Amino acid sequence: MYHKEKSIQMKSSASALYNNLSVLRIAPRSLTYFTVVHANMVNMVSASWDGLNYSHRQLQSKEANVATSSSLIMQAAWCVLPSRDILVLTSQKGIQMYESDGSIMVYWHALDTPETQTAQAVFARGIAAVREKYICVGISSGSMLVFDVPIKGSNITLSEVLEEHKESITDLASECSGSLECIADMVSADDSGNLCVWKSGEDFQLLNKIPDKAIEAFCSSVKLWKGTVVAGYGTGQIRLYEAVTGIVHAEVNAHARWIYSLDIAPFSGLLLSAAEDSLVRVWHLTMTPETNSVEIVHMYNECVTDTQICGAKFCDGDGYAFAVTGYDLSEIIRYTQV
Amino acid sequence: MSSRTLPLLFINLGGEMLYILDQRLRAQNIPADKAKKADWIEDDRRRVMNDIITTMFNKKFLEELFKPQELYSKKALRTVFDRLAHASIMRLNQASMDKLYDLMTMAFKYQVLLCPRAKDILLVSFNHMDAIKDFVKDTPSVLSQVDETYRQLIEMYTPLSSGEFQLIRQTLLIFFQDMHIRVSIFLKDKVQNSNGRFVLPISGPVPHGTHIPGLIRMFSCNGEEVKRLQFRNGGNYTGVLREGSFEMFGERVIKLGTNMYVNTAPNPLAKEELNMLARLMGGMEVQKPGNADSGFRVNLFATDEEEEEALISRPDEFSYDVIKIQATKNQQANAELVKIMGDFTEEAGEPCSSSANSKGDDLLAMMDGL
Repeated sequence: MYHKEKSIQMKSSASALYNNLSVLRIAPRSLTYFTVVHANMVNMVSASWDGLNYSHRQLQSKEANVATSSSLIMQAAWCVLPSRDILVLTSQKGIQMYESDGSIMVYWHALDTPETQTAQAVFARGIAAVREKYICVGISSGSMLVFDVPIKGSNITLSEVLEEHKESITDLASECSGSLECIADMVSADDSGNLCVWKSGEDFQLLNKIPDKAIEAFCSSVKLWKGTVVAGYGTGQIRLYEAVTGIVHAEVNAHARWIYSLDIAPFSGLLLSAAEDSLVRVWHLTMTPETNSVEIVHMYNECVTDTQICGAKFCDGDGYAFAVTGYDLSEIIRYTQV
Repeated sequence: MSSRTLPLLFINLGGEMLYILDQRLRAQNIPADKAKKADWIEDDRRRVMNDIITTMFNKKFLEELFKPQELYSKKALRTVFDRLAHASIMRLNQASMDKLYDLMTMAFKYQVLLCPRAKDILLVSFNHMDAIKDFVKDTPSVLSQVDETYRQLIEMYTPLSSGEFQLIRQTLLIFFQDMHIRVSIFLKDKVQNSNGRFVLPISGPVPHGTHIPGLIRMFSCNGEEVKRLQFRNGGNYTGVLREGSFEMFGERVIKLGTNMYVNTAPNPLAKEELNMLARLMGGMEVQKPGNADSGFRVNLFATDEEEEEALISRPDEFSYDVIKIQATKNQQANAELVKIMGDFTEEAGEPCSSSANSKGDDLLAMMDGL
């Protein structure tokens, strides 16, 4: 179904972090941007579609002190809003926001770090653009920060703090189908496998909380598409839930190790899952509104030999191509449909 | 990231160091039939192991170690282990110390990478602890320190969730990032490729709590299973691992962290050299090496020549600069720990200089001490 393309070389290797790849497609300029986190730095590569031009940029974690490891970046992701794209970096010190090409930092939010070291780690993780103007970021305490983003400029403000989760946020996702009919706008996942479903607005509203039954549950990656939550777990399972009710549509014994990344191609319903077990799998989701059912079928496997995969994303809305990063790997591996 | 990583890093690296030193000390053991006063060599091996383990599990040191803190830099941690390796009469020169550290770190990196579940890092740590306990089983005072450390590990780590363990694992993987030093025992056993990267099998048992990939179950609105699909998982998975014991005693199930040097055959060439040394030494009076000058030297390589060659040919990017710890604000914690470690070494200070330290010099030094 897919074959391997020429890889993109990076300046440094990928760190073992969840969802460690973000892709931004810039059709008007025939470019695709990729970001991958390496410890306290972010590698940004821009690749022209003809495969001839590559340019690199590296972004540092703010207040990075080279001698210590206390300002590691947990995640970097683009937030696509109607009027602008913002690159968000979340670290142990706070949240940095840049214009989409990484050239200018437009906003910095510092986390409250205690004077003396506590047993509980402090960091920000989980990034999502919600509806027209919000960027949400999760915190290790379980809180979520909602930022209001103007059409242009740096007058970004903290609009709300959502306190629902009690454990560290692992991932956030917003409804990606583009449909305005969906009630749920965002889903958040935490360390103990709990999922919260939200409606955005001046005040975000909690629509549903989906607790996890299993004791050892840990959800590392989550997506929301056409009102269905797709969650990837540390046990290697993928589960599909109806967002507003929490009804389980499907359960897949998908991987033999921790799932590190999920992605959905919104136009085709293709789902990408990647795990520490070296495998990337492609699935297909079909919704049947009449029966309120969701079906998932397996389409394809790709084994990235001797690699613990930490990021996998589709490069376009149809799922025609996808890219993969792995721990200790200094390249972004790409695949396209045959 | 995780502020609970340092104790696990230290104990596991320390455990690997002890395995390697134990194996090398045994390889340099003089067999009873070849030397007259062989007992003191065997005793000194035990003494070296006891001295190092006593220092490793010193109460004050562990108290400092278990405090919530960020991981040390690579240089700072290397200095701690330099001090630890010299907490006894044993002496290592620069090349041997470098090689020791390479072996230790690559071994633990391998164990962290291949842990089936993040939580199993604790089982790996218990494997090291079990072996350490066995090294000192005849010395009650050290044994009680080791037992106390078990209790601290259990107290600190067993309540953690799998998410917190995964954070610890990710912190460790960042520490080991980009290290691809080739280790001969790994290359031989085909767990490491010639490019230095570890082999990650897509076969064997899946971790405890995971299902073998291949099944899709779909449900109706009221929770009834309505459809099942199977898919090819592309691997060769054979079953589910049992859960190992997280208590002071018990079967750990996971083999990572056990002594992989136990069945290594010693190098016959080295053995011949040592036999000659034994014959030379056999004619001397027994003198318990009491001062640092006559320290029992250990070579991590098969021969002295190999050791010297390794030092010369060692690529720059692999060299560890042993730095002087400055008690500046940033390095406060590091300084504290290193200072405590320094109080317990026989000879406070850096390891031996790398100047040629031939067998002849050692013997002369020993004779001077008579």
